[in-house]
Amino acid sequence: MTTVALPRRRASGAARPSVAPGVAITYLSVIVLLPLAALLWTSKKGGAHAFWQAITAPDAVAALKLTLGAALLVALINAVFGTLIAWVLVRDSFLGKGVINSLIDLPFALPTVVAGLTLLTLYGPNSPIGLNITYTRKAVVLALLFETLPFVIRSVQPVLLELDREMEDAAASLGARGHTIFRRVVLPNLLPAILSGMALAFARAVGEYGSVVMLSGNVPFSTEVASVHIYSQIQSDYVTGAAAMSIVLLAISLAVLLSITGLQRWSAKHDR
Amino acid sequence: MKRVQVHIAAAALVVVSLAALAAACGGSGSTAGASPKQKINLVAYSTPETSYAKLIPAFNQTSAGKGVTFTQSYGASGDQSRAVAAGQAADVVHFALEPDIARLVDAKLVSPNWDQGQYKGIVANTMVVFVVRKGNPKHITTWDDLTKPGMQVITPNPFTSGGARWNIMAAYGAQLKEGKTPAQAQQYLSTLFHNVPVQDDKASAALQTFTGGKGDVLLAYEQDALLAQESGAPIQIVYPPQTIEIQTPIATTVKASAAATSFVKWLYTPAAQTILAQTGYRPVVASAESAFSKAFPSAQTPTEFTIDDVDSGGWDDVMTKFFDPTNSVMQKIESSIGVSTSS
Amino acid sequence: MIVRLGLRFIALAYLALLLIVPVTIIVVHTFSGGLAPVWNSLTTPDAVAALVLTLKITLITVPLNTIFGITMALLIVRRNFRGKALLSALIDLPFAVSPVIVGFTLILVYGMNGWFGSFFIDQGYPIIFSTPGMVLATMFASLPFVAREVIPVLREIGTEQEQAASTLGAKGWQTFRRVTLPAIRWGIVYGVVLTTARSIGEFGAVAVVSGNVIGQTQTLTLRVSQEYQNFDHIAAYTAALELAVIALVTLFLMNLFHPRKDH
Repeated sequence: MTTVALPRRRASGAARPSVAPGVAITYLSVIVLLPLAALLWTSKKGGAHAFWQAITAPDAVAALKLTLGAALLVALINAVFGTLIAWVLVRDSFLGKGVINSLIDLPFALPTVVAGLTLLTLYGPNSPIGLNITYTRKAVVLALLFETLPFVIRSVQPVLLELDREMEDAAASLGARGHTIFRRVVLPNLLPAILSGMALAFARAVGEYGSVVMLSGNVPFSTEVASVHIYSQIQSDYVTGAAAMSIVLLAISLAVLLSITGLQRWSAKHDR
Repeated sequence: MKRVQVHIAAAALVVVSLAALAAACGGSGSTAGASPKQKINLVAYSTPETSYAKLIPAFNQTSAGKGVTFTQSYGASGDQSRAVAAGQAADVVHFALEPDIARLVDAKLVSPNWDQGQYKGIVANTMVVFVVRKGNPKHITTWDDLTKPGMQVITPNPFTSGGARWNIMAAYGAQLKEGKTPAQAQQYLSTLFHNVPVQDDKASAALQTFTGGKGDVLLAYEQDALLAQESGAPIQIVYPPQTIEIQTPIATTVKASAAATSFVKWLYTPAAQTILAQTGYRPVVASAESAFSKAFPSAQTPTEFTIDDVDSGGWDDVMTKFFDPTNSVMQKIESSIGVSTSS
Repeated sequence: MIVRLGLRFIALAYLALLLIVPVTIIVVHTFSGGLAPVWNSLTTPDAVAALVLTLKITLITVPLNTIFGITMALLIVRRNFRGKALLSALIDLPFAVSPVIVGFTLILVYGMNGWFGSFFIDQGYPIIFSTPGMVLATMFASLPFVAREVIPVLREIGTEQEQAASTLGAKGWQTFRRVTLPAIRWGIVYGVVLTTARSIGEFGAVAVVSGNVIGQTQTLTLRVSQEYQNFDHIAAYTAALELAVIALVTLFLMNLFHPRKDH
């Protein structure tokens, strides 16, 4: 980080009571933490036994396995293709690049039901290109790939833009080939951003409902994802079960997000 | 330095928050508490929307209905019932099955006497039918055809959809009517569900799945199917030899206005029942029955049984026996599917 | 070069299959009956009410989440305290929360049998099944974006300029307005665009808490779903296209004001 030796105004960490962080944290608490606290409380309401029963029921386990497996796969696919697309958008130049660049964020704006509709039209029984993969596990992955498309791309793009080309040029002048330069010079610098994008994609994929419920078929033990399972428990008035599953999903996502933040801080310390 | 920046930002946050929440609350309009005399909040399941589009203007023409305004909300029956239980404003509720009203009785929002009237709280009927591709290429005519190997049956998930529950009780009840024992009837359900490749979360989604090209036969409400046919979907209705009579319940909430009670009373008049018949429902009032056959001349009337014929304990009993997510007939069947199809 | 063209091809093919062709389908389906049905769908009172409600919710959510995001970014980057990593992860958590769960938890808190529900309902200002609940759900879903975009930029610019300004006598607010803010403005702009896009597109959580009252608590996304179920496909796709257009306009404006540093 910066190491300019300017005299500081006051000692860092001086205890001037500040209300601002408190207000912001209150905002966070009301919007996010309060609902999550209610969720946690509801999941515990039936006691530890009910909690355990809800999350170890065979169909719950199957749903969790499918969800986590698909989310992981999607994170990995995004890591590869996301980096590739970011590279092309930053380093390449062609007609319509600006338009394509703008389109990347569309999954954030399109309601999941619309995404589901169009993917269904395109890759379903009446597919114009003859590719019918709906109501299978592949369809889960397809829906998730659409919804998580922007994460790695938008994570990597700014880093690529800031990247100093000198090192790459130096490596080239020393005789390194393209893919070696990429692997040994560029990739290490991109890795924190890629991992960060992957973590977000994973977290998002784990919770996705609207597009998956339309495409996957929702057959328990086969194509039912965790969010659909939770919904069916709510609909069956099995509130503690729904809350328990939700807490498990969130805990896993939180763990993934924390580990990535930790990784980023570690890499920032070891930077330059 | 930075503390001041953060201070200002936080102060702005507080001010804007309060202003915004005030605007939002003010803008939304108060929907709590008893409605004024001339307003009715109607909360219904999804398919009566087309019926109420005609019923409400007709009601406004009557002396009891002059000047009465409505708000309308339509959605999946279970979702709507749950919403009202959680606080959504409602004067009249019209759902797809009785447990969704029972939930409101438990929540003390609907009087326990709601089903004591002449029509037992049922305002319109329909039934479970088979929906097949135009021309019925697979020649589906009986419940046994559904369990043939390779047949693909579309029905929603019984744990999320009221429609699915009617479908299952229709299938089960038909087996009993054919003389099978309960154990054999349950075995039939198991075989049937092994032929179900997709379980949508709602009945409307199942209809979309079928019209989108998946499956050989869809189990659906007759009324939904009639509406779909009218809007040009390439489907045709096949009436099973026996099927269940779907009785859709209606009730007013305890805090409902006088206008709401008049409205529900009016719904049993021949004029209102005729409109219901013209929009695909089977009327509960005998004099309106000809309106249905006039509007839908190709409709048949198979042998019908009710939920009480299937299980004398009614829906209460059925919900526990068949649809408890932790331990029930359907839960066991879903598990057995999983064991055989999980890869 | 072959590699360059190859990469470009793969990238575009992937995007075509996943993004471009689906969007084209929306456009095609919308106009499949000509312009008249589209115009009708856009101008019915219920459609207009849905659009107004969507915009209203967005106009409340975006400024609040923006201020929150900037505040949190300043906190996380410029301060050191225990639990900072946890706070950062908590801000990202809304990404992970399924919309089914968001609606569910809001009802647990503000529903009639919830923690505070009866309080609000008795006062005549119900949260759930009314605009405030929908705003809360949307705020939740779009919370992380501004913070996420501003944090790396804040880190990148470092504290040199701010320290320089303060040694030259600038007061706190001045430094913020004239040094920090301009430096992070592209992060903010991009975060705002993403927040807007997300708010407009929010469906699942809002569906649970809205009550879906036609003409009153139905957003554009809910309208898409409802119209599709009613077999009014043109109306559904029209609303969907409307949403996509709003999103694209926001993105376009962003790109107009912020040509990326493509050297």
